Amino acid sequence: MTPPLVDSATVQPVALPRARVAPLGLRALGRGLLRVTESRAATIGLVIVLLWVLAALLAPVLSPYPPNANDFGAVASPTPSRAHWLGTDHLGRDILARILWGARTVLTVAPLAVLGATLLGALVGLSAGYYRGWVDLVLSRAGDIILTFPVIILYMIVLAAFGSSAGNIIAVLTLTKAPIIARIVRGLTLELREREYVAAAKMRGESGLYIMVAEILPNARGPLLVDMCLRMGYTIVLIGVLGFLGIGLPPPDPDWGGMVKDTYGMMSVWPHMSLYPCAAISSLVIGFNLLAVGLREIALRD
Amino acid sequence: MARFCLKHLLALTITLAVVSFLVFALNEFSPGDVARKILGAYATQEQVAHLTQEMGLDRPVIVRYVEYLGKVAAGDLGFSTRFKVPVREIIWDRLRNTLVLAAIAFALIVPVSMVLGVLAGMREGSWLDRAILVFSTVSASVPEFAMGVFLASIFVVGLGWLPGTATLVAGGGWSVASQFVLPVAVIVLYDAGYVVSMIRASMVEVMQRPYIRTAVLKGMAFRWVVLGHALRNAMINPVTVICLQISYLISGVVVVETVFAYPGFGRMMLEAALFKDIALIEAGALVAVGVAISTQILGDLAYMLLDPRIRA
Amino acid sequence: MTDRAGASASRSRAATAGGPGAAGGRPPPLLEFQDVRISYFPRSGEVTVIPELSFALGQGEALGLVGESGCGKSTVALSIMRYLGRTGRVVKGRILFEGQNLAAMDEATIRRLRGRRIAMVYQDPMASLNPVMTVGRQLMEVPMLHEGLGAAAARERALRMLAEVNLAEPAGVLRRYPHQLSGGQQQRIVIAMALIAEPALLIMDEPTTGLDVTVEAAVLDLVRELRRRHNSAILYISHNLGTVARVCDRVGVMYGGELVEEGPIRHVFANPRHPYTRGLLDCLPTLGRDKRGAPLTPIPGQVGSLRIRPIGCGFATRCVHVDQGRCLAGPVALADIPGDPQHHVRCVRARELPPWARREATAGAPNGAAARPPTLVVDRLRKVYRPRKGWLGVRRGSVRALNEVDLEATKARTLAIVGESGSGKSTLARVLSGLETATGGRVHLGDTEVGAVSIDRRPGALRRKLQMVFQNPDSTLNPSHTVGYSIGRALRRLRHLSREATRREVAHLLEVVKLPPELAGRKPHQLSGGQKQRVAIARALAGNPEVMVADEPVSALDVSVQAAIVNLLSELQASREATLVFISHDLAVVRYLADHVAVMYLGKVVEFGPVEAVFSLPHHPYTEALLSAVPVPDPDGQRPRILLEGGLPGAAARPRGCPFSSRCPRRVGPICDDAPPPEQRLPGGHRIACHIAPDDLLRLQAADLPASP
Repeated sequence: MTPPLVDSATVQPVALPRARVAPLGLRALGRGLLRVTESRAATIGLVIVLLWVLAALLAPVLSPYPPNANDFGAVASPTPSRAHWLGTDHLGRDILARILWGARTVLTVAPLAVLGATLLGALVGLSAGYYRGWVDLVLSRAGDIILTFPVIILYMIVLAAFGSSAGNIIAVLTLTKAPIIARIVRGLTLELREREYVAAAKMRGESGLYIMVAEILPNARGPLLVDMCLRMGYTIVLIGVLGFLGIGLPPPDPDWGGMVKDTYGMMSVWPHMSLYPCAAISSLVIGFNLLAVGLREIALRD
Repeated sequence: MARFCLKHLLALTITLAVVSFLVFALNEFSPGDVARKILGAYATQEQVAHLTQEMGLDRPVIVRYVEYLGKVAAGDLGFSTRFKVPVREIIWDRLRNTLVLAAIAFALIVPVSMVLGVLAGMREGSWLDRAILVFSTVSASVPEFAMGVFLASIFVVGLGWLPGTATLVAGGGWSVASQFVLPVAVIVLYDAGYVVSMIRASMVEVMQRPYIRTAVLKGMAFRWVVLGHALRNAMINPVTVICLQISYLISGVVVVETVFAYPGFGRMMLEAALFKDIALIEAGALVAVGVAISTQILGDLAYMLLDPRIRA
Repeated sequence: MTDRAGASASRSRAATAGGPGAAGGRPPPLLEFQDVRISYFPRSGEVTVIPELSFALGQGEALGLVGESGCGKSTVALSIMRYLGRTGRVVKGRILFEGQNLAAMDEATIRRLRGRRIAMVYQDPMASLNPVMTVGRQLMEVPMLHEGLGAAAARERALRMLAEVNLAEPAGVLRRYPHQLSGGQQQRIVIAMALIAEPALLIMDEPTTGLDVTVEAAVLDLVRELRRRHNSAILYISHNLGTVARVCDRVGVMYGGELVEEGPIRHVFANPRHPYTRGLLDCLPTLGRDKRGAPLTPIPGQVGSLRIRPIGCGFATRCVHVDQGRCLAGPVALADIPGDPQHHVRCVRARELPPWARREATAGAPNGAAARPPTLVVDRLRKVYRPRKGWLGVRRGSVRALNEVDLEATKARTLAIVGESGSGKSTLARVLSGLETATGGRVHLGDTEVGAVSIDRRPGALRRKLQMVFQNPDSTLNPSHTVGYSIGRALRRLRHLSREATRREVAHLLEVVKLPPELAGRKPHQLSGGQKQRVAIARALAGNPEVMVADEPVSALDVSVQAAIVNLLSELQASREATLVFISHDLAVVRYLADHVAVMYLGKVVEFGPVEAVFSLPHHPYTEALLSAVPVPDPDGQRPRILLEGGLPGAAARPRGCPFSSRCPRRVGPICDDAPPPEQRLPGGHRIACHIAPDDLLRLQAADLPASP
């Protein structure tokens, strides 16, 4: 009876852009991208995301300075200049370089965490929805307990206890986000398992694993893809928040949230030090969320 | 109704028990044991061993957990090593501060997002819908700390209209009331964006239902179709999410509290975590989970009131 | 894209058919479509749904619009209400209601007409009612809105209206929510809501589709009666020729957005002039036809795309009488038929077509079934659903979906199982196929007991023996898999064929179900409903089954497609000597296809026997009621003699004795409620479960006959 935590619109088993049905390959990818351009929101979102991906990939080339190099000459006047386009922080580190390298970090940690959560969540959700009964009861209750716990407080406790590293952050995010995805997949599975093609598969003696993976999962990929985009946005925010609270990725490597944490106290004097990283993280999240909004729009249109 | 209450009270107790045990165990087993955490890195091994014995830490974890529960039941939440006061002296104070912030924010979020969500969803694809959708997507995308920085750079640094901190102590010419403006604005912008998009999605779905067509073709004005037939249906799904926001507002506003130096519950928990103040962490976690479960129950109750199909 | 010449021709026709200023002082029509063209404008450009439509509906008249899905009949209904959505528009022409053009009216004016002068009844009553509002409030809204009535007065009106639509205990019903009412009750509420303001025009869009036949019969009867009393004009839209025949005075047949034939209902049904109308009537199974006597003639091809319209006749590509040179040369106008001034047809060859005769009442010789051994024997089968234990371990009520079911199906013959919703027929299919297991009793497949063996525990050889065809063409195939994969996977699993052999066999099976082999590479969304169902049949044939269980395989298809699938099933069954268990709610299809039939009610077989015997001489009161309720596509056909009141009793209120006792018109007394009816055998393997002796039942039926009109 408990209604979904997640946006109801993502839960419907909607047909996904048909081009995505084709086996993975360059042509299918091309057609998928073409479908994306049907929605202006999705197009803008995709462009923003791709720009950041490009920036992250090319950070070693684009970046004018190493991210942790201190230009002590700039400390006295850290504002944007010809030498430092976005200025430097209070330790004389180039902000542009740190933002570019920070994109690398966030675009590695966030996708890994989302991927992990999606895989784990899909597995749990499929099993709970397909087998129902006590499997469902145990898995769903466990997920409920994790979801009950206020996430930020959970992260504070866990990361403070175990220390924060990229690996720990990915693990914690995976574990806490998986139940949400499991809930979505479970809902879809409960509906899809009643489809006649599932009965037809049983009639030819297919195993539960085959039915879950080959018959049900492919038809849940639409909502899953939309949700992964949303989840990317939330995860990037969370990574930023963890950095900002001082329990994120360990210094000195650049992390957008951490950059704000170090400098927001100096806002009244040098606002640029926190403004640029804030703009960076906001734009990336906006990109993913627009992409999600647009994808859902396209999916519902079919 | 009795069944409903009984069922939820049972769920509440079980979840509380599981979570409190997990937190308890986590603190016990995480690297560096309890005594070491209390004494700090410079204590000698003998001192640690002595304290371990003195506190009875060498006994099985389950025994100590039950003992802990007994103390909690008696109102003894332990002693905060970070703040050097009994836990109950600080925790209720901080919780009250956060509740004030949360209550103001919640009182704004619900009407604002209902109005915007319904306006956007009632005519999908209209310019108003587009505008609200873009606004809510963007405002839900900007992390709270970034939103805090943006707003502060405009209203504090740029215009000088508002104070940059909210310490709840009037000073520097700023009243306590003025200190609330920015924290509340940040919370409302971030959270309402999310709730708006949820209500909008639900509203869009409802407006496509045949019973809306029935209402329109009865000859009703669109406004009354929306208010009389669509609104209640559109709120059924989001209502639980809205109730869950209460939990977020109490535990999740740690970022806003940090940005504006607000002496709230979240910041207390952050400090407790960073300083490994075990008694405070455990008590705070219990409170946070209790709040979370209560809001869940509230959500289920509201859902039941709105939807006659699941009553009876 | 469409004609100009035809426009003026049809305008003059509309005028003679009762347009304003018509000679003879006839009153002006209540509703008139004048050369109306309706298009939708999705992102991809204009799609014309109604290219050009003209017709008139007089005061108090009932006009039926029939056609298959996609013919634009619902668009016509919604255009009158001016509710075409954001993308739909009346591009051309006028829709006159009492002389005012609805298409050009401002929003406030049309709002005053909606619900007051023009009201609508919808297809899905459950979805059409607001789930969070009591039906009383929804009813009261209408007079409060249009007549400014106070709540108390509106309540009075609602109560009176509920009594008029024959709802028992109106005051109690007013306080209910829609989900607390049955489908038939919900539709009565929607009808009451439409009539409460005494509208001049009532639009009914498939009002009985989705309802059970006995409920449908009662609703149609109500509509006829209300029409007499209220004198509202009715625009009745349906795909079902039978229901139209029961309600309307005139009928218009639509194809591809055009009216291809229109006229008084008796003229059109007795002497259809358009090849499409004839095709519809020829492919429709009726209670008098069976596969041996009068085979169904399906209409070849499928409904074309709305985007590419031929210049001439839209039906030409599927027409057996087509004359390429003339049919596609130019626009075809709706023309009068000589000697029949009220009857119009849009066909250039209308005068040349051979005369048409209704094919019916030509049942073939019965198949001698007694000699053959049964392949499938169902013996005292029971299935009880127990709701899962609640949170606190409370179990509430169990549902007996199957209650002591006895059946047998013979080799190379078709056993049909008919019943309305809740009869347990689909549960029976699921137990036979092993998707669910029986609670008690036995199912013998050959000499193996399978009733308690779920599909995943059936050995491969057994699994091959019994395969299934499902109901819903949209869900029977996995949208992510190609047709070739769906069939091939079944071949590999059931017959362990090699890759190469699988490929060959897939092509062969597609040929067997009359599909081109290149379909193997397609995904389901690229296929039509009929094609999907053919693929599903090919998949079921993959293991060469001895028994095929088909659960409502044609109920979601249009009639012209349905005929082809029914014929295919019948051919396959005959050529493969397989046993077909055909589950359906459609008695006409069952009559046509089956050799034996079992009639089920609330989990019990109430009558079983050879199809000829059961249909020509039904004994059980339920079978009798069911057969009399079937709408016949013949305006002179008998109206139902027996109308069942009420709906299925809830799980808790089921009688201990005969399941039908709560609705039975021939109930003899408390014995029906308390004692399970005995099985009574008649000659020829015909048997019923009833307390009344077979001869007495026939005598009772005979006694009722003179009472019917």
